[in-house]
Amino acid sequence: MNASQIIFYLISAFVLGTGILAVTGKKIFRSAIWLLFSLVGIAALYFWMQVEFIAAVQIIVYVGGVVVLIIFSIFLTQRSGTEMPKPPLKRTLFSLLAVLFGFAFSYRIIYEYGFTPAVASKTFSVPVNAIGEQMLSTTEYGFVLPFEVVSMLLLAAMIGCIVIALKTAPGKKPVHIDKLPKDLAGAINVVNEPDRSSEKVMEEKTT
Amino acid sequence: MNTVPLTHILFVSTALFFVGMYGLFTRRNLITMLMSIELMLNSVNINFVAFNKYLYPDKLNGIFFTLFIITIAAAEAAVAIAIIINLYRNHRSIDVEDTKDLKF
Repeated sequence: MNASQIIFYLISAFVLGTGILAVTGKKIFRSAIWLLFSLVGIAALYFWMQVEFIAAVQIIVYVGGVVVLIIFSIFLTQRSGTEMPKPPLKRTLFSLLAVLFGFAFSYRIIYEYGFTPAVASKTFSVPVNAIGEQMLSTTEYGFVLPFEVVSMLLLAAMIGCIVIALKTAPGKKPVHIDKLPKDLAGAINVVNEPDRSSEKVMEEKTT
Repeated sequence: MNTVPLTHILFVSTALFFVGMYGLFTRRNLITMLMSIELMLNSVNINFVAFNKYLYPDKLNGIFFTLFIITIAAAEAAVAIAIIINLYRNHRSIDVEDTKDLKF
């Protein structure tokens, strides 16, 4: 057993242990921090598999984006110091049974299949310029169409987040999109005439 | 480097997937359920990269699938958290047992 194998098993144990702690933790904030450690461990696994670009994307997007977003939403919605209620024993028992059975079933199929690795005709290396060229090429194996579709999806998700999170006063109808240009014009007026725009906001609140 | 067989990496990703599934079954808080879903998506990413490295080392398709999954997971997390915060504003709770009515 050489150093590379030892590093792999250490990283795997780290990822699985922190993952189990993340789904069984009593306090929600600690469980988010365990999730962060698990995601960092997965990035280490990508480094071990020599795909440095994916590891960097994993750290930037998950650790820098998603976990921070989750922690902010915990602070906005939960009392993070208190313990969460324990799930009933029956639910724990049966979900544990289901999960163990599913894992045994899936891993038995994987083990019986016995993947034969490809002959080492070319060592696996992922240069970033190859990723960029294939991502934006319009030839047969290019990925420019999924790239554009994903960019449209990101735009739609951004607009959807803004529309969902628009604050509505209690007892009023939710803000519609066709009202937005007036509000934007009001927001622009703030720079020139702060008094009138604040009056306008007051009027909107009172009506 | 190739001394670790592929099935061991698949063992890790399968175990991580079912750990996430256990969290999805037992938790009743929307944020922790979202965290379990993130774990499951990450295990799928490990699978794609491992298959690309071991079975098709001269191609890059698994890398691209991983990149697109990471992008979509980020968008999904953002939309889910916007929905969760809006739900908290209306119901003062993000427990899935408390959300009985769709239109508030």
